[in-house]
Amino acid sequence: MGAFDFLLQGLATASEPMMLLYALIGVTLGTAVGVLPGIGPALTVALLLPVTYRLDPAGSLIMFAGIYYGGMYGGSTTSILLNTPGESASIITALEGNKMARKGRGGPALATAAIGSFVAGLIATLMLAFLAPWIVKVALVFGPREYFALMVLAFVTVSAAFGDSALRGLTSLFIGLALACIGIDQLSGQARLAFGVPELLDGIEVTTMAVAMFAVGEVLYVAGKSGQEDDKVEAVKGSVWMNRQDWARSWKPWLRGTAIGFPIGAMPAGGAEIGTFLSYATEKKLSKHPEEFGEGAIEGVAGPEAANNASAAGTLVPLLTLGLPTTATAAIMLAGFQQFGLQPGPLLFATNPTLVWGLIASLLIANAMLLVLNLPLIGLWVKLLTIPRPWLYAGILLFATLGTIGANPSTFELGMLLAFGVVGYVMRLYGYPIAPLVVGLILGPMAEQQLRRALSISQGDWFTLVQSPVAAVLLLIALLALVVPLIMRARGKGQVLSQLAADED
Amino acid sequence: MKRFVLAGLFASAMAVPAFADYTIIAPANPGGGWDQTARTMQTVMQEDGISGSVQVQNVPGAGGTIGLAQFASQNKGNADALIVGGYVMVGAILTNNSPVSLADVTPIARLTGEYEAIVVPAASEIQDMQGLVAALKENPGAVSWAGGSAGGTDHIAVGMIAKAAGVDPTTINYIAYSGGGEALAAILGNQVTAGVSSLGEFQPQIEAGTLRLLAVSSPERLEGVDAPTLKEAGLDIDLQNWRMVAAGPDLSDEQKAKIQADIETMVKSENWQKQLADKGWMDTYLSGAEFDAQLAEDTAATEAILKEIGLVK
Repeated sequence: MGAFDFLLQGLATASEPMMLLYALIGVTLGTAVGVLPGIGPALTVALLLPVTYRLDPAGSLIMFAGIYYGGMYGGSTTSILLNTPGESASIITALEGNKMARKGRGGPALATAAIGSFVAGLIATLMLAFLAPWIVKVALVFGPREYFALMVLAFVTVSAAFGDSALRGLTSLFIGLALACIGIDQLSGQARLAFGVPELLDGIEVTTMAVAMFAVGEVLYVAGKSGQEDDKVEAVKGSVWMNRQDWARSWKPWLRGTAIGFPIGAMPAGGAEIGTFLSYATEKKLSKHPEEFGEGAIEGVAGPEAANNASAAGTLVPLLTLGLPTTATAAIMLAGFQQFGLQPGPLLFATNPTLVWGLIASLLIANAMLLVLNLPLIGLWVKLLTIPRPWLYAGILLFATLGTIGANPSTFELGMLLAFGVVGYVMRLYGYPIAPLVVGLILGPMAEQQLRRALSISQGDWFTLVQSPVAAVLLLIALLALVVPLIMRARGKGQVLSQLAADED
Repeated sequence: MKRFVLAGLFASAMAVPAFADYTIIAPANPGGGWDQTARTMQTVMQEDGISGSVQVQNVPGAGGTIGLAQFASQNKGNADALIVGGYVMVGAILTNNSPVSLADVTPIARLTGEYEAIVVPAASEIQDMQGLVAALKENPGAVSWAGGSAGGTDHIAVGMIAKAAGVDPTTINYIAYSGGGEALAAILGNQVTAGVSSLGEFQPQIEAGTLRLLAVSSPERLEGVDAPTLKEAGLDIDLQNWRMVAAGPDLSDEQKAKIQADIETMVKSENWQKQLADKGWMDTYLSGAEFDAQLAEDTAATEAILKEIGLVK
């Protein structure tokens, strides 16, 4: 039987009524737990995995796929509506999505996230099915120096993409990088900047930081402004559905997001975040409405959400073909496979085709189910915003706290949540962008480790960084992205630049 | 809104665990070995009626020392709380200068274990352990080793190999990755000379012929594994990455005996054995005075090697 026959057979099994019911339960549970801020897909899957043990392999797999995609999607709902990202990959979604929601365009924001996730999930799952063995070979070319070059590229594009003032953006980024130094240094095992506090040994939890900066900071900011004139939150303005223009502005970001997210997710050290950052930077660069970025641009939701879901499917490439769990969620999925005596690895596609294709078919069904479940609910979700503001913000604070405590029951963690909430408030007050700080916290340790690994392998020879063609090209692009705008501005050709950006499409 | 209430209930259920016969602390993030051990214990104990209801709680961080510290301070005399731990914790307690050690809890039993495997990429010129040792002796810095976190079992194994080969352990070029998986990608991608991790992490690749297995760290040859032991290669090393379960401090003898009996029932059950087989874990069950002696021996040996690598002052 060829790959296609296996897929069709899997789809036939997965679309039996009982299986659809399991998928529905999985998606609902996954979404319900996933919406909690601070609780990402990894914890969602870990909490709900035992639920699937009772079922037969096919039912278990499909419920499992539902929980996985449901958990991924749940995070973006709270990001958009409440500005509380449930996981690091939906941080970018909060940037534009929440701005849209406050202008009464929460409906289209949720819709473009849902449909974008579906499109990306569909394309990426199909790519996983048919291209996995080839993609993994390419991904293995990426060693420490290539990853370092990729991080440098992300830093450059990201710091240019956020906020109006480069100086403020960079300040925020470097605060993030400094905070990223806290904790045990992975390469030497020594603690840095932990001041003897055991909770700091593992560094600052990214989701705690993100929830503190975005949600708690926001709540304080709103509370601080009360009594003054402030910008109104309009629950619904116009239709809750996407209009013609929304569609026109969304479909290209969906495809670009997929194209960026999938290969990065497939890399053993890629992860979902870098894809969302790069997608956001790309959309801002290519948009015909760059002035809307930061004010609620739909491209800024569509692209990163697609990238996020595409990289989730990309993560399965090294998991299924090499047995490499590259994220916490993937590690739990590995545990899920093992309950069927399924050992992911290079021989999996050959030895266990029925289960593998069953899983892929389940992912496709769960993906579709998610869309079916969530589109009609969007009208209900956006009603959340009609709750009187004091209640709404008190509720956000409550959920942010519960989420943090639920993920890590520690008073110190809670203290950090509140302390960084105050930092977020102060930064908002003085007009510093928040996102670069969180980006620095996520990418800082990765960049540092990869650089040091590369130098360690080459025994201290810095030229190793440019001796690989892939790394050299990536660094060159980063250099151009940094230098060209400076030169153009210096020559008074800033307008040429924005003209260029507008022409590209 | 209804689902928000539901979600809120989920959160409160997690924040305030309901009444449970046993609460097992997994001092690591979901997905890792300790988490899986705790969740497997949960499944077996519930299904076999050893305990009516078992809760698993993740308290991640710093090689398990954060969870251990919290566990030891909150469960004095509490016979219903258990914590999962392992060999990595022994090293982490030393490198992190943790104020709480395994002496502050009541170790119950060693449950499972995995031996370390030393591999090279299939394309490597190195054919056997002797070849690798020769390269190491010639220029220790030129041999880069990929493995798990610094100070963990993999790092300790490399330190032991260098020491046994008569090479200064401080000169080894160990590249730490956050886990066996990420290290595996570096080895498969020919980024490093050799790789060290538990055998299970490498097994599928060895079977597929993309990695060459040079040696395993077991005292005797392993059944079904076509590779010599480190001892056969002239390096006197016997290293096992084991996982254990411990209970709270200050337990009475009756309390301790009851927990030991429950754990023994679990380990001897068919269900547990089946779970181990499914996950590819070895049953290295050891309890009572024998386990205490083994633990003391491992701790002393680990401290010595970590000092020689230079991770512990």
